[in-house]
Amino acid sequence: MKARLKFSKVGSMRFIGHLDVMRYFQKAFRRAGIAVSYSQGFSPHQIMSFASPLGIGLSSDGEYLDIALEDGEDVSRIVERINAQMNEEIWVRDFTVLEEESKTSMAVLAACDYLIGVKPEKESFLLDEARRRQAVERFCRQDKIMILKKSKRSERMMDIREYIYVVTDSLQDFQEFTGVDYGTPSLEEEVLPALYMQLTAGSVVNIKPELVLEALFAQEGEDFRWTDYQVHRLEMYGDIGMKKGEVHTRTSEDVCQLMPLWQYGEKGKMDE
Amino acid sequence: MNMRKLALSDEILLTVEKPARYIGGEINMTRKDLSEIDIRFCMCFPDVYEIGMSHLGIQILYDMFNRREDTYCERVYSPWVDLDRIMRERGIPLFALESQDPIRDFDFLGITLQYEMCYTNILQILELSQIPLKASDRRREDPIVIGGGPCAYNPEPIADFFDIFYIGEGETVYDDLLDAYKAWKPTGKSRQEFLKMAARIPGLYVPQFYEVAYQEDGTIASFSPKVPEAPERVEKQVERDMSDTFYPEKPLVPYIKVTQDRVVLEIQRGCIRGCRFCQAGMLYRPIRARGLSFLKQRAKVMLESTGHDEISLSSLSSSDYEELPELVYWLIEEYRDKGVNISLPSLRIDAFALDVMSKVQDVRKSSLTFAPEAGSQRMRDVINKGLTEEVILKGARDAFIGGWNRVKLYFMLGLPGETEEDIQEIAVLSDKIAREYYEAVPKEKRQGKVNIVTSTSIFVPKPFTPFQWAPMVSKEYAGEKRMFLLDKIKSQRNGKCIKYNCHDGDVSELEGVFARGDRRLCDVILQAYRDGCIYDAWSEHFRYDLWEKAFRDHGLEMDFYIKRERGEEEIFPWDFIDIGVTKNFLLQEYRRSKEGLVTPNCRERCSGCGAARFQCGECVK
Repeated sequence: MKARLKFSKVGSMRFIGHLDVMRYFQKAFRRAGIAVSYSQGFSPHQIMSFASPLGIGLSSDGEYLDIALEDGEDVSRIVERINAQMNEEIWVRDFTVLEEESKTSMAVLAACDYLIGVKPEKESFLLDEARRRQAVERFCRQDKIMILKKSKRSERMMDIREYIYVVTDSLQDFQEFTGVDYGTPSLEEEVLPALYMQLTAGSVVNIKPELVLEALFAQEGEDFRWTDYQVHRLEMYGDIGMKKGEVHTRTSEDVCQLMPLWQYGEKGKMDE
Repeated sequence: MNMRKLALSDEILLTVEKPARYIGGEINMTRKDLSEIDIRFCMCFPDVYEIGMSHLGIQILYDMFNRREDTYCERVYSPWVDLDRIMRERGIPLFALESQDPIRDFDFLGITLQYEMCYTNILQILELSQIPLKASDRRREDPIVIGGGPCAYNPEPIADFFDIFYIGEGETVYDDLLDAYKAWKPTGKSRQEFLKMAARIPGLYVPQFYEVAYQEDGTIASFSPKVPEAPERVEKQVERDMSDTFYPEKPLVPYIKVTQDRVVLEIQRGCIRGCRFCQAGMLYRPIRARGLSFLKQRAKVMLESTGHDEISLSSLSSSDYEELPELVYWLIEEYRDKGVNISLPSLRIDAFALDVMSKVQDVRKSSLTFAPEAGSQRMRDVINKGLTEEVILKGARDAFIGGWNRVKLYFMLGLPGETEEDIQEIAVLSDKIAREYYEAVPKEKRQGKVNIVTSTSIFVPKPFTPFQWAPMVSKEYAGEKRMFLLDKIKSQRNGKCIKYNCHDGDVSELEGVFARGDRRLCDVILQAYRDGCIYDAWSEHFRYDLWEKAFRDHGLEMDFYIKRERGEEEIFPWDFIDIGVTKNFLLQEYRRSKEGLVTPNCRERCSGCGAARFQCGECVK
C-alpha cells in the first residue's frame, strides 16, 4: 500500500539534514510498530522517499514523505501513532493512501511555496514596509532575472524570471494566487514574515528561494546575509499536465496546473 | 508551539560542520524540571559527539543517575575544532546538551577516560566550561570534576586536573558520593571538606590528598596520603551481580549517524583468558556473565524503545559466554524477519560462529576476523594468547568452504622479546591462510581471489598487566620492522593477495608515556595543550613536534617512561590502586612469559590472581 505523509520540521530539527530525517522516520516507524515494507536482500531497508530534501537551517510545514506499507496495516489512527514517537519539533500533519500506480512525490514535484522571515534582532530593508513593497513591485516588472547558478561541476548564468510564479509581501495576495489556506505557519519565535513566493521545483528545474532573494537584494544594492533570514517551506505541488522531463511555467504554452501533493491521495478525492 | 532553546545562535549552528552535534534533543533524552533537582551532573566523553555517543558506559550511567529523583544527568562532548575556535573568540561557555545551560553552573562534571590520547581534550572541556584547569585553583562554587574509566587506573598523568577519580565500575558507589554531596552542599563547609568526605568512600581517589617523593633516577621513592581521610590503598569497586543492576531500557538515539548506531547488549564483563598484554582482561576480573533472561528482556525492550535496526553483542570475548548459542539463536529466530541485523564482534571463528555468521550477514560482503596478535607460536605463548595456528587455519578453511574470501588479521609489533623470526612469521601465517583458500576451494567455486588484510599495531605496555615492567620499542625500531614485514609479506607466494596496514609510531609512543606516566606529566600535558595540542587521537590534528617541545621544556624524557625495563622492586605510580589482581601475580606472569610458559584460563584452572576476593562471577562457580 502506497501512502504519503505531510509533516512539519521546525526549531532545532532545522539542523538535521534530510538523510538523518529519513533515519529518524525509519526509527519512529519501528518504535510505533508500523508495518512499513522492506526491500529484499541481506540488509533490507524501509521503502520510502522524500519529495524534495530541505536544506539545513530551513523550516517547513509542507514536507512530504512517501512510504510503502504492508497490506493489512490499519491506517485509521496512524497519524497519532507516528506522532506519539516524534518530538515537538517534527510532526505529521496529514496522511493519505495513494493508488498503487501513483508516481512518487519526488517524480511529480513541480513547485514549492515559501515564506521568508527576518530573524529577531536582524536589520533588513525588508522590515520597512514601503521599501519592501516597492522592491517587490520592481522585481516583478523585470523581464529577465539573471543569477549565477552553481552546481557541483559548473557555474552558469541563468534567467529565472519565468520560474518565479509569484513573489509578494502580502499573505492575502499569496493565498489568493495559490488557492491554499496556510493557517498559522510554525515559524520560529519572533521571526517576522516578510515575503511569500512560489517557485519551480523538481528534477528538471529547481529554484531555491535563496537564489531569488540574492537577486532581489542585488537589485536593491543590499548585501544578502542568508543567516539573517528564515526560509520556511509552506507547501509542495505536482503539475497535473506535466510529462517526464517537462517544465510548465506561467508563460509556457502548456500552462502549469498545480495541485498540492496531499491531494493526489484518496483523501484528496474524498474532499473533491 | 514548544521549541527548545539552544545555547548557540542560528548563525553559529549554520557555520559549523554537523550542527546536530550541539543541539541535544535526541530520542529518549531525559527531561527534568530543574526546580525539583538538587544535583546537576554533566557526563562528558572528551571526544567528538559521534564517538562519545557510541559509548555504552555513559548510557548506563546516564540512565542510573536519572533514576534518582534529586539528580539530573546531562551530557557534553568535545566541540569540534570549528566550534572550539568560535567559542573561544566569543567567550561562549560550554554547555550541556539537554538543558543547553553552561556546565560551570553544574554540581559535577564527570569525565570518562577511555584512552590516553584524549587528555588534551579534557583541558579543552574544562577551559571552554570556564572551570579552572587545576583542581587546586577551584573555588567552592565550581563543579566537582570526577574521572572514571580504564585510564583512571593510572590517573597520575592527569591527577592535577581532577578533584576525584572513581576507581571501579560506575554501578557501585555513585549513590554514596551524591548523598555525601547533598549533605555537604547546604552546610557552607569548604570544598576540601567535601573532598574529605569523598575520600572516605571506598573506590574514590582524591589526588590532592596524596604526596609523591621521587628518587634521583626519577622513580618514585614514596607515595603516601597527607590527610587521615585518604586511604593508603584505593580499592576497585565491582558490580557483583550483572543480572540485577543498572542497564538502560531506553538508550539515547542520536539524530546523526554515530560510530555505534545500534543497540548494544553487554553480555558479560571481564575475561577468562589472561592475555598478558591486555589491560581490560586484568582490570575487569573476575568475569561475570549476565543471565540469559535478563539479556533477552533488555534486547527486546531496547529494540522497541529505540527503533534501531541492529543489535550488537558486546564483551571482551563473546565466545566465552556460556549461553551464547541460546542467546544468538533466539535473537535470529525473534528478529531476522523484522529487519534487525545482529552483529557479533569478538567471536572466535569456529563451526558455531560460521553457522551464525552465514545466517546474519552476507557471506560475499563480510569478512572474517582473526586476532592472533603474534605471528609465531613461540610469541603467542609469551603473551599467553591461547590460539594455535591449527585452530586459525581450520577456522579459515571452513570459512572459505562456506563462501567467505575476505580475512582480516590483527597482530602486534614490539612484543617483549620479539625477534625478526617472530615478525617474519606474521607474513608466513598470512600466506598460509591464503594457501588454505586455494587448497580448500576448487577453482570453479572460487569467488575471485582471496583477500587478506594484515594489520599491525605497536604494542604499548599498560599498567596492571604482566608487561607493566616491560620496555616498549622505539618508533625507529617499529618503522624498521614495518618495512621488514612489508618486504616479507610481498615475497610470499600469495603476497599480492595480502594488504598490509600499520599504525603510526609517534602516537603509540606518547600513549606509552601516558599509560605508565607519573604526576610530573601534568605540567607537560598542560603546556602541550597551551601550545595548541588537541584531538591528539585524530592524526590530522596530532602535533608530535609540540609534544617533544613540552617534554624538553619540563626537562623530562619520554624514554624514561617507555624504554626502560622496570625493576621488580620499583614503586609504580598506580601501585596505590588495588584491582584485586595482585602485583605478585602479575610479576609471576611476567616471569612465566620470559620462559614462554602458558598459564591456563580461569575456567581451566584458577591461578590465584587475587580477584577471588570479590566473591563473584567465575571465582565462586
